[in-house]
Amino acid sequence: MSDALLEVRDLVKHFPIGGGMFTKPVGVVRAIDGVSFSIRKGETLGLVGESGCGKTTTGRCILQLERPTSGSIVFEGIDMVTLDAAELRAVRRRVQVIFQDPYSSLNPRMTIGQILAEPLKVHGIRRDKGERELRVRELLAQVGLLPQHDKRYPHQLSGGQRQRVGIARALAMEPALIVCDEPVSALDVSIQAQIINLLEDLQSRLGLTYLFIAHDLSVVRHISDRVAVMYLGKIAELADRKAIYDEPLHPYTRALLSAVPIPDPKIEAKRERTVLRGEVPSALKPPSGCVFHPRCPIAVDRCSAEIPPLREIRPGHWAACHLA
Amino acid sequence: MAKLLEVKNLQTQFLTSAGVVRAVDGVSYDVDEGETVALVGESGCGKSVSALSIMRLVAEPAGRIVGGEIVFKGRDLLKLSEEEMRDVRGRDIAMIFQEPMTSLNPVLTIGRQLTEGLEIHLGMGPAAASARAIELLGLVGIPDPARRLAQYPHQFSGGMRQRMMVAMALGCNPALILADEPTTALDVTIQAQVLELLQDLSRRLGVAMLIITHNLGVVARYADRVNVMYAGRIIERGTAAEIYADPRHPYTLGLLRSVPRLDEPIRAKLDPIEGQPPDLSRLPPGCAFAPRCAYRVERCTEVPPLAACGAAGHMSACWVSASLAKEPVA
Repeated sequence: MSDALLEVRDLVKHFPIGGGMFTKPVGVVRAIDGVSFSIRKGETLGLVGESGCGKTTTGRCILQLERPTSGSIVFEGIDMVTLDAAELRAVRRRVQVIFQDPYSSLNPRMTIGQILAEPLKVHGIRRDKGERELRVRELLAQVGLLPQHDKRYPHQLSGGQRQRVGIARALAMEPALIVCDEPVSALDVSIQAQIINLLEDLQSRLGLTYLFIAHDLSVVRHISDRVAVMYLGKIAELADRKAIYDEPLHPYTRALLSAVPIPDPKIEAKRERTVLRGEVPSALKPPSGCVFHPRCPIAVDRCSAEIPPLREIRPGHWAACHLA
Repeated sequence: MAKLLEVKNLQTQFLTSAGVVRAVDGVSYDVDEGETVALVGESGCGKSVSALSIMRLVAEPAGRIVGGEIVFKGRDLLKLSEEEMRDVRGRDIAMIFQEPMTSLNPVLTIGRQLTEGLEIHLGMGPAAASARAIELLGLVGIPDPARRLAQYPHQFSGGMRQRMMVAMALGCNPALILADEPTTALDVTIQAQVLELLQDLSRRLGVAMLIITHNLGVVARYADRVNVMYAGRIIERGTAAEIYADPRHPYTLGLLRSVPRLDEPIRAKLDPIEGQPPDLSRLPPGCAFAPRCAYRVERCTEVPPLAACGAAGHMSACWVSASLAKEPVA
């Protein structure tokens, strides 16, 4: 695909457990076990899954905060995995991140102005102090904050305002891609919608591309163009948002969707629910064959023996299930 | 059905350096026997403090219950001595907290934590308490309960820890369970398991539940009646069906409109509630929601709205309640 801004191929990230200087590791956590997807320019790809499915680690690998065990991450034609630290610095400017909890990701001893000016200084984007102040103003305005907010400290802002600062900091570098890691899940319902609207607004104005990592399926459906569902380090299903929500092919996607309660008692009373048995197995010892088979309501013998490849079942609709 | 719990004009305050914070500011609600009632609202609206007040667990001296009554089975809990209250906690009223890991003792075995309450409240001997603990773990669907008794909380997964909390809560056959965000820390599929379990057990054993949550979906699925809280007050109350079909308070309406829903066509834009929740130590003179309200009239910023009851006990505290858009919530 030529219009892909980011192309992740066969990404693997294993974390060894235990093992010190003289002892061997006692096991390996297979956080990501062969994940491939691409993101087109200007698109939002939603990455959903439960805790421990590897969605955040995938994001961290793309940000090069983790070095992958194997695989490639091609961004704007360059494989980031092969770059050294100095070369990475330049690419990193183009790939920014928004974290879940803006409070723990903002330095409590710096004012908002200092937080936003720092990356400009470090990367030498605005060398002149006056220019930097101008840019900070511009950034504050872009995310819906007031100029006087630059003198405030993070604790003086509300949760929603802090997340706006987190977004402004990501924008400071004029990135092409922003990894949004659960950007609204720490916020109150009434504030979530404000931040989602802001992210969408910025995308259309600045032509941004998002990898939107979240566990809230309703929010992901709203914001994404395409959605990838992850389970235990692998992609279970990947498709256009319409296809994935209207005609899910993977039994895990179907179970996830049915587990989301809908805020309407009348609809809830009539809805059929598939409550999954058991819990997500440990990534230390993933099940044989299809990793989902121990919890799958429709598993057959083949599922415990053979790993289902991610297949294109309909045009643009991929699923890793023998029975799809 | 008989009233099990009646909270009347409850006021709980915190003294801080910034002034008096009215966390719960004249709140009244009730729970019938065997019924599931929800208390919905966003962080800081006073929903958790209201539950802690029922248990009289508000941290003193900063926090104080300054007024009101909490009538449980005909007795005002606020008038009980600390010793009498200790008998109520865990036996008549049990509590399930949001984060099971921080509410379980990490250095005691699962078995010890389950049997402690049984021995203290019900005077069981160690053998009888152990047998009951095994039964309880089985009841909440933990496999191989006898072996599990010797384990520690860190050996349980998040979902199992929350099941264990449910088992602890059920231990002494309480009449009421206060569940404070019981599934917020859990994944969706596990959330569904725990909620189904709670609903199933509460119906089978006839336990009443007060669910405290911010999740409107959870409320829709599991609650019979709903109380919506904002800035320390209940601003709307009714059956779940009425609140969702015909919200009579702009805040409830705004909450319902601001969340994307899986069963609806995708909207181009979400409709957020603009602004921020107010500072509870500096509440505006009129309606606390007025600064964010799209339906605000002059009176709203001056006089706090009176609670007005509509059909079938559907209450709303809003001056313009009657003229709210009739259209169904989009």
